[in-house]
Amino acid sequence: MKKLSAFLKHSYLGLVLLFMYAPIFILILFSFTDSRTMSKWQGWSFGAYEKLFAERAVWVAVQNSITIAIIAAVVATIMGTFAAIGIHSMKKRNRMLVENVTQLPMVNPDLVTGISFMLLFTAIGFTSGYLRMLIAHITFNLPYVIFSVMPRLRQSSNRLYEAAMDLGCTPMIALTKVVIPDIMPGIISGFILAFTLSIDDFVISWFAADGVPNISIYVYSIARRGIPSHINALSALMFVVVATLLVIVNLRSIKQEKEAEVQARKLRSK
Amino acid sequence: MKNKIMRTVCVLLVAMLVVASLALSGCTKAKETLYILNWGDYIDPQLIKDFETEYGVKVQYDTMANNEEMLIKLESSTSIYDLCFPSDYIIEKLVQKDMLHELNKENIPNIANIDEQFLDLSFDPGNKYSVPYMWGTVGILYNTTMVDEPVDSWSILWDEKYSGQIYMYDSMRDTIGITLKYLGYSMNTRSEQEVAEARDALIQQKPLIKAYLGDTVKDAMIGGEGALAVVYSGDAVWCVDEEEGNPDLAYAVPNEGSNLWFDNAIIPKSSKNPELAEKFINFLNRPEVAKQNSEYIGYSTPNKAALALMDEYWTQNEIYNPPQEVIDRCEIFRDLGDFTSVFSDAWDAIIY
Amino acid sequence: MKRTFFSTPYIVWMIIFIVVPMLFIFYSAFIQDGHFTTEFVNQALETPLYISVLIRSIVVALIATALCLLIGYPVAYILSNMKKSTAAILSMFFILPMWMNFLLRTYAWQVILADNGVLNMLLTTLGFAKGSFMYTQGAVLLVTVYNFLPFMILPIYTILSKIDRSHIEAAHDLGANSANTFFKVVLPLSVPGVVSGITMVFIPAITTFAISRLIGGKKYPLYGDLIEDKIVASGNLGLGSVLSIILLVLVIISIVVMHKMEAEQGNEEGGTLW
Repeated sequence: MKKLSAFLKHSYLGLVLLFMYAPIFILILFSFTDSRTMSKWQGWSFGAYEKLFAERAVWVAVQNSITIAIIAAVVATIMGTFAAIGIHSMKKRNRMLVENVTQLPMVNPDLVTGISFMLLFTAIGFTSGYLRMLIAHITFNLPYVIFSVMPRLRQSSNRLYEAAMDLGCTPMIALTKVVIPDIMPGIISGFILAFTLSIDDFVISWFAADGVPNISIYVYSIARRGIPSHINALSALMFVVVATLLVIVNLRSIKQEKEAEVQARKLRSK
Repeated sequence: MKNKIMRTVCVLLVAMLVVASLALSGCTKAKETLYILNWGDYIDPQLIKDFETEYGVKVQYDTMANNEEMLIKLESSTSIYDLCFPSDYIIEKLVQKDMLHELNKENIPNIANIDEQFLDLSFDPGNKYSVPYMWGTVGILYNTTMVDEPVDSWSILWDEKYSGQIYMYDSMRDTIGITLKYLGYSMNTRSEQEVAEARDALIQQKPLIKAYLGDTVKDAMIGGEGALAVVYSGDAVWCVDEEEGNPDLAYAVPNEGSNLWFDNAIIPKSSKNPELAEKFINFLNRPEVAKQNSEYIGYSTPNKAALALMDEYWTQNEIYNPPQEVIDRCEIFRDLGDFTSVFSDAWDAIIY
Repeated sequence: MKRTFFSTPYIVWMIIFIVVPMLFIFYSAFIQDGHFTTEFVNQALETPLYISVLIRSIVVALIATALCLLIGYPVAYILSNMKKSTAAILSMFFILPMWMNFLLRTYAWQVILADNGVLNMLLTTLGFAKGSFMYTQGAVLLVTVYNFLPFMILPIYTILSKIDRSHIEAAHDLGANSANTFFKVVLPLSVPGVVSGITMVFIPAITTFAISRLIGGKKYPLYGDLIEDKIVASGNLGLGSVLSIILLVLVIISIVVMHKMEAEQGNEEGGTLW
């Protein structure tokens, strides 16, 4: 019975993962052909990878995408976490107001958000393309961080913070030593969502900033004439690198957990 | 667990930052920089390098996906671009808004290489502001294994025989434009009656349509997923190519006439370096440069001197180099001005 | 020092980068050539077409959100019952596909769903009849769900993984079976995560646009497509702004109504949507 249920659970996860990865497999497959579009298989080849490494524009885009995604996600996560803690203890009326405004970037179509940034930056004559894009990304990341942290705050008890204060902590210490560790999973998932949104954004980036090509802008502009296989090669490469890193880092912790389990079992049997 | 995830995330981040900064080593500024905004994959990148070496400058080359998006961007006063390549009707709009720099022809002597029939056109009389970069027609791309009758009229797009196998272009101007041509009117009509007729024809056609597509139509056609599609000639050139596309495909410009389009080099008024931009335009119009560029992209060059250097593969290709009578029956888009709203209401009724 | 103080930097940021840009949108919606105008508002409200597109989009977004919840909740639940380290890496693998570019993922779906595509190849090999998947409402929904699913899984998983095991054990000890424990204990405790997930899926899904264009062939256009068409293709920023403000007002009204309803039920803890 238990085995059957475990089997069913694993099959379900497997099925959903298959759904998530079906298009990724296609992308990787099409990186091993040398073609101008994804509508035609041109036979096995590594030509796409050669082209990828020769194409400087791609690497400029990769650098912009990654640095902006990381910086924006870090800043949004820090600011958003503190914001969520503050909002959580606001009076109801204020809380509602702030929460509603926070939702605006989610409700607005990306296009409208992007153009509104363009209008703002133009109005104040702010020209640094990189900073413009960074500010825009931080802003649309913030609601996702806040809405990841909020439910976790609701889940944890207010008394923890108060107890820490009663025991003589300053607010800052109570926060960093007590509250933040407690809501850490929410912060992490907020960070991951922010990074994901940032690395994938096209519309807002395009309108908010000039002269800062990122991966999305590169892909969208080249897609006019079909997706050439060197773009697929880039995705395949990115995927393999990230997935390998994930596995390596986690293998260690899985091993540690296993050892701990074995220890525990030994103790129990004694 | 928290620490573990945190550690994973940190390792990932550091690794990415390292990769990213390695990728970009050797990026120095200080040199004079030319900021170009162009369509993606719409110039031979080697030419940019050649220009950089020859003139000792740096070129910051950005790409765009869409004419109208570019227009919105150029309207911003903090726009950084010195050179841009919009289509014909957009130029008319830019001129009206007084956003273009008047070209100093002394810096662009190579304009003499351009075929005279492509100069002094309706959207920019006297080429005060623009120099044609690429040109082409709009026509029907069809799959010869599915269509065996001759394709010479837009009416084939209304033929029920091909129900569910027709792709229309997801573009208000192009789709309503060719329908106006099909009905015997001008693409630049200012008659609400004529636009209404076109609208009704398109609504009537809708059940036959497989999809209204933008750029993805080429993939669909190359993949043999449809019989008929409306495309630009420049794309048709490589769609019918044996190696890159699908040799079953063929392209025709219907007898009723069609759209003749131009992408053109312009310099926004906000440019800080118009002179260098002019030098670049001049560079692009050297015969051998224009030849190399046009062969790389596959779109037709308006540069007569370049065409003279090209071999039969190009000159005998009627999609790339259409006969004069095809050009003569085509019409160039004009900016619709306030009449745009009539077109866009019609488009709403068709699509939504 | 009060705790609300922690949100000060964000409030400042919010005013400069959310509220002020919004004012620019309001400006372009109501001011033309320096004068106040209701032309765009009238135009938007007098076109029944726009309203029907909006309703259609909300329905599509609702269905997509429901599907995400239906598929995503079990994933989050199973993950939360696994070993922590395995769950941590697996949850990352659910979001990893979203790091590959959106347009590329969508093109890949085209390769899968096309008439001569991977799915049909599979079907014919297995002896089934070919189907036509591209440019259908179903395909649009499928790809929408695909793109939003991780945004449902992650918040729910975060909440579920924090639920105190002792609650569940207590329920078991008191004789509740698994189903009962789940519906009476786990599900209610996970509501904040569910609400967070719904917020992150439903609201952005209303204004998503590229999917209906690329996968739906513009045959089932949504509100996002309409706004995009108005602003970009017709260059009518005023009308586009009004259309997005209408959506904004609707969302805010629905939030306020939900608050009211919850307040009437005397549910103090659930006083906000999320």
